[in-house]
Amino acid sequence: MNPVNYLYLAALLFTIGAAGVVIRRNAIVLFMCVELMLNACNLAFVTFSRLHGNLDGQIIAFFTMVVAAAEVVVGLAIIVTVFRSRHSASVDDASLMKL
Amino acid sequence: MENLIGLLVAVPLLGAALLLCGGRRLDGKGHYIGTVLAGASFVIGAVLFADMLGRGEHDRALHSKVFSWIPVGGFRADVAFQLDQLSMTFVLLITGVGTLIHIYSIGYMEHDERRRRFFGYLNLFLAAMLLLVLADNYLLLYVGWEGVGLASYLLIGFWQHKPSAATAAKKAFIVNRVGDVGLSIAIMLMFTTFGTFTFAPVLTNADHASEGKLTAIGLMLLLAACGKSAQVPLQSWLGDAMEGPTPVSALIHAATMVTAGVYLITRSGAIFNAAPDAQAAVVAVGAVTLLFGAIVGCAKDDIKKALAGSTMSQIGYMILAAGLGPIGYVFAIMHLVTHGFFKAGLFLGAGSVMHAMNDEVDMRKYGGLRKYMPVTFITFGLGYLAIIGFPGLSGFWSKDKIIEAAFAKGGTEGWILGGAALLGAAITAYYMTRVMLLTFFGEKRWVPDEEGHEPHPHESPSSMTIPMIVLAVGSVFAGGLFSVNDAFLKWLEPVTGHSHGDSPLSAAAVTAGTMVVLAIGVALAWAQYGRRPVPRTAPRGSLLTRAARRDLLQDDFNHVALVKPGQYLTRGLVYVDHKLVDGVVNGTAASVGGLSGRLRKLQNGYARTYAVSMFGGTAVLIAATLLMRAV
Repeated sequence: MNPVNYLYLAALLFTIGAAGVVIRRNAIVLFMCVELMLNACNLAFVTFSRLHGNLDGQIIAFFTMVVAAAEVVVGLAIIVTVFRSRHSASVDDASLMKL
Repeated sequence: MENLIGLLVAVPLLGAALLLCGGRRLDGKGHYIGTVLAGASFVIGAVLFADMLGRGEHDRALHSKVFSWIPVGGFRADVAFQLDQLSMTFVLLITGVGTLIHIYSIGYMEHDERRRRFFGYLNLFLAAMLLLVLADNYLLLYVGWEGVGLASYLLIGFWQHKPSAATAAKKAFIVNRVGDVGLSIAIMLMFTTFGTFTFAPVLTNADHASEGKLTAIGLMLLLAACGKSAQVPLQSWLGDAMEGPTPVSALIHAATMVTAGVYLITRSGAIFNAAPDAQAAVVAVGAVTLLFGAIVGCAKDDIKKALAGSTMSQIGYMILAAGLGPIGYVFAIMHLVTHGFFKAGLFLGAGSVMHAMNDEVDMRKYGGLRKYMPVTFITFGLGYLAIIGFPGLSGFWSKDKIIEAAFAKGGTEGWILGGAALLGAAITAYYMTRVMLLTFFGEKRWVPDEEGHEPHPHESPSSMTIPMIVLAVGSVFAGGLFSVNDAFLKWLEPVTGHSHGDSPLSAAAVTAGTMVVLAIGVALAWAQYGRRPVPRTAPRGSLLTRAARRDLLQDDFNHVALVKPGQYLTRGLVYVDHKLVDGVVNGTAASVGGLSGRLRKLQNGYARTYAVSMFGGTAVLIAATLLMRAV
């Protein structure tokens, strides 16, 4: 199969993720959309690695996964804390950082 | 001996420092410290005088360098003193009369709780004036000059709880400042012309400079002298300066301050000799002021202001004499010294009268005091005879010489100046007789003061009468003593030079003329104030009298010519500042503020908005990169 198709898939996934981030309110869903975008990027990296015949892309994909894992931990902790204090997981309710 | 010169200045300066920094501990004995130190300065002066007399005519000048003040490259300004016959004369006058006034003030200021401070200021005044006359360069003279201005400000405004005194002090300071600008410009001009401002090189090289520059320097020095010596057009501060305690008036008018201008012109004689135009200006200022002051003196009912007008007029005589060049320098200084005696005596006498009359100053409310205050009457009377130039007394010798010198100027100018001086003598006789008659003769016109106390005139304590007696003795004999064998002339001639002019009138004719105008002045005053009873309130008077009561409209003139335009100018500048400068600044601030107010709305706190802006930004970047690659 033509590897370029994977790039199309990655672009599709990224777009879905981005749209989710912009449209959805639930913090958990938002968070999953961010993960989706990260994974879309990973897929693109791996595809390019395959296309170019070297391992750089795969290494970066591993890095991304590790960083994403760490980010999930911190992010979920924040979401849980916000939920506890505000009884809501909606990001719009937490729009206090403005003048 | 040279080291003593510095001590002369240091001793009163030490007194000022002690009294002003010593705090309340010295309240009980501050006045003694001040007086003793002033006296010590006089003793040092006397020792130096004796030493100077012991030396030959041409090596009498002493020099003493204390330290190098501003050594910058080739430029040097030293704190160095020069004591020659001219400075010596001033030193003895300043410390002598100054000490007497200190003694007088012990009694006069007895009930003032700030007496210690008062004596501190008096000492500061003496120190500044001594520095002024002892400096061997114009820059150090300028330091003394400013010191005198400061001390006069502090003393005129000594009773600063009275708004009138505070205003008078400010007025004196500001008017003096105009003159000070003249002196500083003169010093700068000297520096560019001669490369130095030490007296000796400047004055000996004066002939080599161009006349234009010398005229400029001379006019600036004249401006300075006008400020300090209260000459037209900078005379307006002197009358108001009477707000200060009376000993201060005596000190300002006799020993310090107003004599500084005469000293400056006499000291810079070489410059004026080489600049006839500047000299003509000096003469004109002197002649105008001597009449101006005399006319003002005629109309004032306030005893101190009448005397102030008289001072202005007498200093006018000195400036006139100094402007005549080598014919007049010696006589200017001689009149200055005799005037120092009798004017200090008159002011101390006036203070004594005020002391007795519950601080009443209106002469129309005096009258008949001669029986109650015999010592004051006699000493004041002797001062009066001296100032009008009664034959044989001090004023006669010095004023007569000035009138003679004015005629000796020659030509039409000589006649005009001589005529003005003679007219001045007549008016002097008139107003001084008026003061005398109103105060000591006639019936009692006393009125109770604001709190209802009837005045009980009494003779002042001996601390006040003794200085008055000493000064009266000086007023009687000083002039005659100076004139024996032309002693004063021979004493000063090596410093100031002297030449005899060709007088169109003989000395005897001038003296006779002076006597005639004197008699006319006295007779007029007698006819007006001696023969008839004097009303308690002043009659309306003629137009001239009313103008003279307002100091010949000096303040009105200053108000219209200087204050108003100044106010309009500042108002205009304030308007421009508000509208233009502030407009630009505030406009910038407002537009930045408005812009940021709009930009602030972008920060709405919704995470998705930030995400969109990030995506948008990334998209733009990618598009730009692709576009660049395509191009």
